[in-house]
Amino acid sequence: MRDVAIIGIGCTHFGEMWERSFRDLFVEAGSDALDDAAIHGEEIDALYVGNMSAGRFIDQEHVGALIVDYAGLAGSLHMPSTRVEAACASGGLALRQAFLAVASGHHDIVVAAGVEKMTDVETETTIDALASAADREWEGFMGATFPGLYAMIARLHMHKYGTTQEQLAQVAVKNHHNAAMNPKAQYKNEISTSVVLNSAMIADPLRIYDCSPITDGAAAIVLAPAEVARRFTDTPVYVSASAQASDTIALHDRRDITTLDATVHAARWAYKRAGIGPEDIHLAEVHDCFTIAEICAIEDLGFVKKGEGGPVTEEGMTALDGKIPINPSGGLKACGHPVGATGVKQAVEIISQLRGEAGKRQVAKAEMGLTHNVGGTGGTAIVHILSINR
Amino acid sequence: MTVPRFWRHISARYNLTGTRCKSCGECYFPPRTTCPVCRRDGKITEYRFKGTGEVVTYTVVYSASDRFNKQTPYVLAIIKLEEGPQLTGQVICGPAEIQIGMKVRSVFRKLGEDRPEGIIYYGTKFIPAGRDLK
Repeated sequence: MRDVAIIGIGCTHFGEMWERSFRDLFVEAGSDALDDAAIHGEEIDALYVGNMSAGRFIDQEHVGALIVDYAGLAGSLHMPSTRVEAACASGGLALRQAFLAVASGHHDIVVAAGVEKMTDVETETTIDALASAADREWEGFMGATFPGLYAMIARLHMHKYGTTQEQLAQVAVKNHHNAAMNPKAQYKNEISTSVVLNSAMIADPLRIYDCSPITDGAAAIVLAPAEVARRFTDTPVYVSASAQASDTIALHDRRDITTLDATVHAARWAYKRAGIGPEDIHLAEVHDCFTIAEICAIEDLGFVKKGEGGPVTEEGMTALDGKIPINPSGGLKACGHPVGATGVKQAVEIISQLRGEAGKRQVAKAEMGLTHNVGGTGGTAIVHILSINR
Repeated sequence: MTVPRFWRHISARYNLTGTRCKSCGECYFPPRTTCPVCRRDGKITEYRFKGTGEVVTYTVVYSASDRFNKQTPYVLAIIKLEEGPQLTGQVICGPAEIQIGMKVRSVFRKLGEDRPEGIIYYGTKFIPAGRDLK
C-alpha cells in the first residue's frame, strides 16, 4: 500500500435544479475537479462514480459508461469507469474504491465522483426510491418510511438518554447557520428553534425541519500517489485512513437501535489506521440525513460518550467555533443531500477547510478532518480521515 | 410488490412463521436460510412464533409513500417477539396510546392494495395485548 493524496476537487451547486440534467451535473463537477488539479484528462487512469438510484430517478442504468462518455474520456481514451452503490453511502464508497485503486499501485490518477438527480420525478416516487435503502420486504412493505425508521431511533434515544426535541432542533439550526455561509448550499437561510419545533410532523418525533431535503448535485475528487502530488498542487491533502463497515440492513435486527455499529467499527478501524484517536480530529462532516443521525454520529464516532450527543449540541460544542465543528458545509440537512454525491461532497468540504479555502465558514484550526457517510439506516458506514500532513 | 415476490413469503407474512437454528437455538424472523451465528454449521428449521411481544420503539407516520398515504397517521413500531427476534410492523392503536414497553400480540390484517383492481396484501399487524379482536 502506498500513501494517497487528493490533488483536485469540484462540486456543483446543490438544490432543485430543474434546468440541469444528470449529465450536466457530473460534467460540471468533474471539469471543476480537473481544472483544480490542472490536468486535462489523458492523465486519468480510471473513474469511480457513486450513484444510488439513477434507475428510479431518471430511468437510466449503466451510469459508469454514461459518465465517462459525456466526460469526453470514452470515445478516444476508453477509460475504465465503474459505478458503485451503497444507497446514501454511494459517494463515500466511490471515494474509497478510488483510494484503494491508487493505494494498491494499480492505478495512478483516479477520479472519484458522486451524482444524483432527484427532482425529475414526483416526491412520492423519490420517497419510495429512498425507502429501497432499507429492507423492502420486511420494513418498507410494513409501512416503514425512511424518516419513520430514523424517527424510531430518535424515539428510543429520547427514552434512554433524555434527548429532547429542542436538542434535535439545534442540529438543524446550527447546520442552517453554516449553510448560510456556503454559496453552494441548497438552503442559505438561518432558522430558529421555534421554526423547527412548529414545522409539520413527518414521523413523530421528526418534523420536516429535522429531515434533509431532496437535492440535485454532483461532486468530484482527483486522487494521486502522495509522492507525486506536489507536481499537481501546492496544497495536497492526504488520505490518512479509509474504512468501511457493515451491519444488518434492517434496523430491527441491530444490537442496539440507537447505535450505528457500522459507524463504530468504521471509525475504530480508521483511527487505528491513521494512528490517532477521535480527540485528534479538528472537524468533521457527518451523515445528518436527519437531526437524530448527527446526534448518533458524534457519539458513535467517539467525539462524545453515548447519550451525550444532545446536550453537547445544545451547548455549542459542534458549532463552527466549538470544540469540534460538525458539518461546516451545512451538512445533508442544509447544504442538501443528493444521495450519491453526498459522500464525495463531504470530502470536498473537508479538503476546502484543510486548504484554508472555506471562506466565511472557515474553521480556525483545520489540519485533520473526518468524513462519515452512511448507507440506509446504518447497513453501511464509510469513514475517511484527511490531513494536511502526510 | 409483485405477485410472486409476495407469494413466496405468504406463510411467513400470514402466520408469523420464521426459522430456528437447531444448532444454537436462535430464532429468526423474517426467515433466514443461513444462521448468522453458526453459518455452515447451522441447522435451520421452520418455526412458528407465538405472536406475543413488546414495543421496543415506535413512531407515528404522517407522511408516507403512495401505497400507505391513505392510512396516515399510523403507528409503526419495532416489536421484540417473546422468542427473541425483532421485527417492524404496524400497531393498531391511537397515536396517544402507543408507548415503549407496551405488550402487544399479532393479528391477521389487510396491509394494503396495489390499485382498486390490483392484488390485496394481507399480513401481520399488532394490537395491544389485552384488547379484544373486533
